[in-house]
Amino acid sequence: MTETNGSIIEGRTGPWEIVLGLEVHAQVVSNAKLFSGAATEFGAEPNTQVSLVDAAMPGMLPVINDVCVEQAVKTGLGLKAQINKRSVFDRKNYFYADLPAGYQISQYLQPIVGEGTIILDLPDGRTREVGITRLHLEQDAGKSLHDQHPTKTYVDLNRCGVALMEIVSEPDMRSAEEAAAYLRKLRSILRYLGTCDGNMEQGSLRCDVNVSVRRPGEPYGTRCEIKNVNSIRFVSQAIEYEARRQVELLEEGGTVVQETRLFDSGRGVTRSMRSKEHAHDYRYFPDPDLLPLEFDDAYIERIRATMPELPDAKKARFIADYGLSAYDAGVLVAEQETAAYYEALVEGEGGKTRDPKMAANWVIGELFGALNRAGRTIQDSPVSSAELGGLLDLIADDTISGRIAKDVFADMVETGKPAGEIVEAKGLRQVTDSGAIDSMIDEVLSRNADKVAEYKAGKDKLFGFFVGQVMKATGGKANPKLLNERLREKLQ
Amino acid sequence: MAALTDLTMAAALDALSKGEFSARELTEAHIAAVEAARPLNAFITETPDRALAMAEASDTRRRNGEASPMEGLPIAIKDLFCTEGVLTTAGSHILDGFTPPYESTVTTNLWRAGAVMLGKVNMDEFAMGSSNMTSYYGKVENPWRRKGNNRPLVPGGSSGGSATAVAARVALGATGTDTGGSIRQPAAFCGIVGLKPTYGRCSRWGIVAFASSLDQAGPMTRTVRDAAIMLGAMAGHDPKDSTSVNRPVPDYKAALTGDIRGLKVGIPTEYRVDGMPAEIERLWAQGIEWLKAAGAEPVEISLPHTKYALPTYYIIAPAEASSNLARYDGVRFGLREPGDSLDAMYEATRAAGFGTEVKRRVLIGTYVLSAGYYDAYYLKAQRLRSLIARDFTQAFEDVDVILTPSTPNTAFAAGEKMDDPVAMYLNDVFTVPVNLAGLPGISVPAGLSEDGLPLGLQLIGRAFDEETVLKVGEVLETAANFTARPGHQSA
Amino acid sequence: MSLDKATVAHIATLARIKIPDSDLEHLAGELSQILGWIEQLGEVDTTGVEPMTGVVQMDLPRRADVVTDGNIRDKVLANAPEPAHGFFTVPKVVE
Ligand SMILES: [Mg+2]
Ligand SMILES: [Zn+2]
Repeated sequence: MTETNGSIIEGRTGPWEIVLGLEVHAQVVSNAKLFSGAATEFGAEPNTQVSLVDAAMPGMLPVINDVCVEQAVKTGLGLKAQINKRSVFDRKNYFYADLPAGYQISQYLQPIVGEGTIILDLPDGRTREVGITRLHLEQDAGKSLHDQHPTKTYVDLNRCGVALMEIVSEPDMRSAEEAAAYLRKLRSILRYLGTCDGNMEQGSLRCDVNVSVRRPGEPYGTRCEIKNVNSIRFVSQAIEYEARRQVELLEEGGTVVQETRLFDSGRGVTRSMRSKEHAHDYRYFPDPDLLPLEFDDAYIERIRATMPELPDAKKARFIADYGLSAYDAGVLVAEQETAAYYEALVEGEGGKTRDPKMAANWVIGELFGALNRAGRTIQDSPVSSAELGGLLDLIADDTISGRIAKDVFADMVETGKPAGEIVEAKGLRQVTDSGAIDSMIDEVLSRNADKVAEYKAGKDKLFGFFVGQVMKATGGKANPKLLNERLREKLQ
Repeated sequence: MAALTDLTMAAALDALSKGEFSARELTEAHIAAVEAARPLNAFITETPDRALAMAEASDTRRRNGEASPMEGLPIAIKDLFCTEGVLTTAGSHILDGFTPPYESTVTTNLWRAGAVMLGKVNMDEFAMGSSNMTSYYGKVENPWRRKGNNRPLVPGGSSGGSATAVAARVALGATGTDTGGSIRQPAAFCGIVGLKPTYGRCSRWGIVAFASSLDQAGPMTRTVRDAAIMLGAMAGHDPKDSTSVNRPVPDYKAALTGDIRGLKVGIPTEYRVDGMPAEIERLWAQGIEWLKAAGAEPVEISLPHTKYALPTYYIIAPAEASSNLARYDGVRFGLREPGDSLDAMYEATRAAGFGTEVKRRVLIGTYVLSAGYYDAYYLKAQRLRSLIARDFTQAFEDVDVILTPSTPNTAFAAGEKMDDPVAMYLNDVFTVPVNLAGLPGISVPAGLSEDGLPLGLQLIGRAFDEETVLKVGEVLETAANFTARPGHQSA
Repeated sequence: MSLDKATVAHIATLARIKIPDSDLEHLAGELSQILGWIEQLGEVDTTGVEPMTGVVQMDLPRRADVVTDGNIRDKVLANAPEPAHGFFTVPKVVE
């Protein structure tokens, strides 16, 4: 068995490098389909969101949806890509049950978006650039259901004609981890832009992975395309499996056959798609029912003006303005809603600002943990940024300690009450009266005279023991800084 | 007064407005004519009940003072136009039983203009043909016969049912579609007027597609004036067709001034093709003389790439057709032949559903688009298409309209030319270039051959200049004074 | 270009039209004849000539992103050969 070590697979005969390129189909956020006025909503009754155009009835013609064009341009801008002011819709011809016209309207030689780049944020804080080859607009196909009847396949055309952006990367990735980072980043950008909801479970984001292996420094090997992998985890698993399969095949003296493969998530393996084996010849040609899609610079600039701040820019700003680590900034900007929550927390209300690092720790640590446990998103967080801000303010003004704050937060999540109310109701206010702390210290020291002696004899570690005892006596409410100060003085 | 079925649209409109007869009476006369003409096999579906209901509604509108431009005129519809609730076949077995739940834009426009539907007329399967021999519903007979010979002749195609219905006085007019000559060639063969408008002038929405970059609907009538009336009703911008052009529809009748003085008429040298019968050559020369006599100025022009138009067409049209016809797969409508796999079902359905000529063109089209051949065939044809279109653009810098014969021959007998597809394709040698360039063209009946068959002359205009085409067409029509009638007619 | 039987069989498969073996020879002959005639286009030097895809010279019209269609399942399925439970059906596909 071979072993994967980062981007290199150590085979029996030496190291192999994995080469990965991704083709992502991202469903465009729009009300209506790309070439018909039927709705795009997910989960409707079969064939209810189908127009006569989608069903390819004789004589039906496509008319393009303006918003789908805008969304593609916007996404291209988000990928820092070349926007082609003239693009052409082609027909991709093949027969399949869920492709009513016998062709898919797509873009082949002249896509709407050309070369761009995407910056991966790797888990260790490094970044890496991956080239985007192109983005083109095309129609989705319908859905075939093979398990409804013993001898028939059922066909639902609801998705048929929904706009997709096919986003093709350069073969620039070298590990499953990078592929996962690519998908996370792409999804993040799409969601920031509002051009795709990025929902992989519902199929709004689907990924085909091109996998090949080679000896480091050698030319590209033959690639296999793994179709329609529907989660980031499966993408990683599929890559790991497929790369190892290819290495083993090559090391046994075999050759990789260029083919389309399926990922079987149940068994964690890829397998050849026999049904698609006979060679495709898509016979692309410009769709004569449509004209070339053309727009001018002003159109692009109008769209550019609606662009939000994207994750990379936001991350850079968070690092520069808030002094965050690259890792923390990356985590906070991954979702626009998280970044917005964080910014609202830091910026506070009425000109108040809060410690950005502490805010980051609270969002990434306590808040994410609570959301995870509750299975909720930050949009319906049980604790709003203003409420969490209220808690942080109590820490900042020494009303409560950081440790107590964690308990208060858990209470906030549970009851929805504001931090101040919980602190007052439970009497959690920190003891900052030095007289009160002094008397409690005195009591503890006198009760533990033997330990005091040991401490003075050099057993420094006992300092923590005394702190703990005093804390215990105050119900954890003693101001830690003050307690430390006073204790140290009294032990002198 | 002439028989009701022998009227022109213009005359019928006049009489209807004067109350000389009702739309119902006019329609009843035509329904009887439809029945009497059954031996010609012009109709696939007769819709007499619907016709009467439409006629009555028309009479009501007229009584209410709401008469539209084609109010009460009974017409026939090529079976390529989808008609809501009425079987639509495209002349093909593969559309068995297909009843569209929608109405094509052009027919919608016609009904809005007050026209009355007599039924759906026969055609070459999927509009592929120049003889009307390829229909699944049997061949159509041309109402004309050669002098002293009763052998049935083809009406031309693909709008042969339309041409026959109009020539045989069964309908006052009919819709046709023209991809490579399918309006003008049958019009010439049957002695009627056929107008192919500029590409983009009439909506293609709801018309079964053959070759989308070439298909164009147009009127087939007995006079140029009627063509003007009918085109006015058919044409117009349609947001449902992305290639429909948004420009106002002029009053085409107003263009029929008869005044063509000073107009420059191009005579393309390249249309003198080898083996063209002398009588067609003579008619063409006669046409030039007529226009000259009316004050126009003939100008020799060159359209140097003319001879390449047909082979160019026979790449582009089948390529588009091979893709357009992929939707006939037995899944959502029409014929389904059983098969134990999806592919077996497709292959059986399409083998049983398509006729020989359709299969031939789908295979050619598939081949010229396939990997390794695209550049040599399809891309080459598109470049030739540019050159052919450029020829016309350059010619129209010097002339206002171009005069040519409509066809290189007269109607032939069923069975002649059937064994040689290329010989059959040559029927469209004069009409095809016009489709490739997207220009308007009209065929006007201008004389009879020695054996007594109609001959047409074609006028080609600038894009969206149907007005000049119609105006010069009417001058030709007047000069030719074509009064001959087919042997087979209802009146 | 002369087409052989195997090529005709291949394009017939691409076009999903069953052609009996006995027809392939004849069809190959006919199609070869048509292609041979078409190949006269090779005489023309088209270097630098833009391919023409259509004749309409205007911007591609775009429609507003509004739902104007759908909810017509009865119409969509009205002509279907074997509809079932709101679906179209085809012979079972094994993937
Ligand atoms: Mg792909
Ligand atoms: Zn795709």
